[in-house]
Amino acid sequence: MSDMPRGTATLSPFSGWRHSLAQNMSFLLSFVILAGLTLLYIGLFHGQLNAYPGTFEWTSVVNTAVPTVLVAVGQTIVVITRGIDLSVGGVIDVSNALAATHMKDSLASMIGWSLAILALGAVFGAINGILVAYGRLQPILVTLATLAILQGLAIWILPEPGGLIPPSYSNTLASTQGPWSLCFIALVAVAWLVLRRMTIGVRIFAIGNDESAARAHGIPVRRVKVIAFALSGLLAAASGLFLAASTTGGDAAAGDVYILTSIAAVVLGGISFYGGRGSALGSIAGAFVLTILTNVLFFAGINPLYQSFFQGVFLVIAVFLGVILGRLVKAST
Amino acid sequence: MSDETRTTPAAQNLAIEAIGISRSFGGVEALTGAALTASFGEVHALVGENGAGKSTLIKIIGGTVKPDAGSVVIDGEDVTASGPRTARRLGVGTVFQELTLFPWLTVAENLFVGREPRGPARLIQRRKLPQRAAEVLERFEVNGINPRSLAGSLPLAQRQMVEITAAFMREPRILLLDEPTSALAEREVEWLFGLVRRLRDNGACVLFTSHRWGEVGSLADRITVLRNGRHVATERQLTEHEAVTLMTGRTIDRMYPDRPALPEAESEVALSAEGLEGDVLHGVSFELKRGEILGIGGLAGQGQPELFLSLFGARKLTRGQISIGGKRAKLRSPADAIKRGLAIALVPEDRKTEGLMLPMSVKDNLTLAVLDKISQAGVIRRRQELSLVGGVAERLQIKTRNAGLQAVGTLSGGNQQKVLIGRWLLVEPDVLLLFDITRGVDVGTKHDIYELVVNLAAEGKALLYYSSETEEIAQLCHRVLVMREGRVISELSGAEASAEGLVAAALREGDR
Repeated sequence: MSDMPRGTATLSPFSGWRHSLAQNMSFLLSFVILAGLTLLYIGLFHGQLNAYPGTFEWTSVVNTAVPTVLVAVGQTIVVITRGIDLSVGGVIDVSNALAATHMKDSLASMIGWSLAILALGAVFGAINGILVAYGRLQPILVTLATLAILQGLAIWILPEPGGLIPPSYSNTLASTQGPWSLCFIALVAVAWLVLRRMTIGVRIFAIGNDESAARAHGIPVRRVKVIAFALSGLLAAASGLFLAASTTGGDAAAGDVYILTSIAAVVLGGISFYGGRGSALGSIAGAFVLTILTNVLFFAGINPLYQSFFQGVFLVIAVFLGVILGRLVKAST
Repeated sequence: MSDETRTTPAAQNLAIEAIGISRSFGGVEALTGAALTASFGEVHALVGENGAGKSTLIKIIGGTVKPDAGSVVIDGEDVTASGPRTARRLGVGTVFQELTLFPWLTVAENLFVGREPRGPARLIQRRKLPQRAAEVLERFEVNGINPRSLAGSLPLAQRQMVEITAAFMREPRILLLDEPTSALAEREVEWLFGLVRRLRDNGACVLFTSHRWGEVGSLADRITVLRNGRHVATERQLTEHEAVTLMTGRTIDRMYPDRPALPEAESEVALSAEGLEGDVLHGVSFELKRGEILGIGGLAGQGQPELFLSLFGARKLTRGQISIGGKRAKLRSPADAIKRGLAIALVPEDRKTEGLMLPMSVKDNLTLAVLDKISQAGVIRRRQELSLVGGVAERLQIKTRNAGLQAVGTLSGGNQQKVLIGRWLLVEPDVLLLFDITRGVDVGTKHDIYELVVNLAAEGKALLYYSSETEEIAQLCHRVLVMREGRVISELSGAEASAEGLVAAALREGDR
C-alpha cells in the first residue's frame, strides 16, 4: 500500500487477490463466458465464410447489444435493492412509439424529444418506485401492472409499426459505419462506477442486503427505492430511443422481448436476486453474451425456430456452471 | 459499581428520559407505561424476562420503533416522533440483538457506512476503505478480522465484534447495547466491558441488556427491572436473587430441580452410537439409556452440533453405526429419524433460524412434524389437532392469545423456543436430542424448561443434552461426555461432573 505510513496497521499479505477472486467469482465468470462465446463466434464465422468478422459484423453486434445493455444496467440497480422491474418493456414500447411519431428532422426537435422521453421514462420508473416503497406493494406485481398499462399506452400512440426516425438521428446514435455506439456502453459503465462511489450507491446496496438494518442506519429506504426504479425507467427509455434509432422506425411492441432479456443478462452477470450484491459490469457482459449467442446459433446453422430452445439450454448451463465454480472456489479458500 | 465520590446520576444531565411508554405489536402489548431514565456518565443495565419489553424499549429510544403513547427525551430534546436519523444526530449509537451488519458488504464497507472517506467531487474512496478499516480494527484491539472479508462470512462472534466496533468508532454520547454479549466468549466480553467503561469515564451514557447476571453485576452503575412491559424498580445494587424475584414476580428458591434417579443398570439402551465418523466427528461412541440425561460438554464448536445433526440424519456420516431401541438404524434423512422415534430441538447460535416458520401460527408450527398422524386421507382432523395443541401449550405454558391465529414470530424469544420443544413433544419420541434449548432465554423460562427436561427423563425418555452454559449440564445431566475436536475425550459423572470439573476437562489435552 502506498498511502500506508499513517498507521502501523497492515493488511495481511494473502488477503488481496484470493478474497477478491472468491467475492467476484460470478462477476468474473460472466466475462469468461463472454470471451469463450466470442471466440466460438469468430471460429464459426471463419468456418462458414473463410474470413474473420469485420467492422460491419462488430458494428452490428454492438448496435444490437446496446439496448439490452442499457435496460440490463437499470434492471441491475433494481435487482440489487431486492426488487424486479418488469415494466422496462413497456417503457421501451412507449419511448420507441413516441420517438417514431413525434421526432422531426431538426436539432431542436431531436434533442427536445430525446430529453422529454428520458424524463418520461424516469417518471414512469419513479411511479413504480412510489407504489412499491410507499404503497408497500410487491415489485413484481406493481411492475406487471404498469407494464400492461404502458403497453396499452404505446399501442394508442402508435397503433401499427411504422413512423419515421430522422436519418440524422439514426446515423448519430446508431451509426452503421463503425461500432461508435460502444461509447454509450462506456458511458453507462463509467456512470455505474461513479454510482458505486456515491452515497446513493452505498444505500442501494445496503437496502438490498438488509432493509431493516439499513433503516437502523438511518438510510431513507423508501426514497432510495424510488430513485432505483427511476434510474431503471430512465435507462429503459434510453434503450427505447436507441432501438428506434437503430431500426429507424417505431414498433409499439418492440420492447417486450427486453423484459426477459434484461433479466437474463442480470442473471448471467452474476447478480443475486436476493439483492445486495453484484455489479452492472457483469450485466453488461451478460447482455453481450445474449447478443453474441444469437449470432453463434445462426452460424451454427440452427433453425431460427429452435433458437429460444438453445438459448434456454445455454442459460441453464451457464448459471449452473456459475454455482459450481463458486462452490469450488469457496471450498479452496 | 459506582463509588460514593462520584456525583450521583440525578445531579448530572439526564441522557435518556422515557416516560409512560406503551407499544403493542399486532394486539400484543410489549410495553405498558414503561419508564426509564439514565444519565451521562453511567452504565445502566436494563433487565427482565424474555417478553418483558427490553428490546422494544431500546428500539424506541434508538428511534427505530415509535411508541403508541408516552414521551422520549434524549439529551433535552423531545424525540418521541422522530426516527433513527435524529437519534444519530444526537449521538445515539446502537448495537441491536438482531445484528445490523450488511452480509454482502465487506467488513470495511460495513464499518464506514454513512461516513466513507471522500475524495474529489465527494466521491467515496473505495480503495482506501480496507486500510482505514484495518486501522480502526487495530485501534479497537480487534485481531484476526480481514477488512476485505464479507461480513456475512465471519463467525457470529466476529460479526458481533465488528458491529460493536462500528458503534464505538462513531464515539457515541449515548450507546444502546441490546444483548451485546450473547455471541461473545469470555475474553471478548472483557474487551467489550473495557470499551464500555472507557466510554462511560469520558462522560457517555451506556444502556445495556443482558441475560447473564454476572455481567450486569460487574458492569452496571444502576439497574432498571422491567416486568410484562412495566417498570418495576431502578436500583443501584441488586443481588441475583432479588433481581430474579423482581423480574419474575415469583420467588424461585432453587433454579435447578432434582435430577431423576439414575436409570437401572439393566434398563434398556434407547440410543447407541459406535465409532461415528464424519467430516468433523472422529470415532464418537456412547450408549444412552431410557430415563437418562446424557450431557455433551466441551468448549463451543468441538463437534457438538455436528453430532446432534448426524444422530438426527441431517448430516452425513462416513462411517459408524447408530442403533435405536437396540435395532441398527440407517438414517438417511430427518424423516427416517422421526419414524424411528427420534426428535431434535436445536437452537443455533444466532437464534434466528430456529426451525420455526415465523409467519405461520403457533398451531401450525406445533403440528408440523405430526401432520401425517393427525390427518386422514390428507385432511387434517381439526378436533384432534386442537386438543393436541391445547395440551402441549398448557404443559409448556406457552403464552399465546390464540394458538390458531397468532404468528409465532410475534411471540417472545422464550415462548418461541417453547414452541420448538413442543413440536417435538407431540411426536412422542423415545429419544430427544436437545441442543442449547435455553440459549438466550430468561430465568423464569429456563426454570420451566429444566423441570420439563427432568420430567421427561422421569417418564422414561432418553435425553441427549447440550448447552452453552456449563452449569446447566452439570446440574441436569447424569453423565457428561466431553468433546474436543470432534472426539469424546472424557466421560464424567457424579461429583466429577461439576461445572468446574467440566471446564477443566474441556481444557485438558485429550489423552490420545
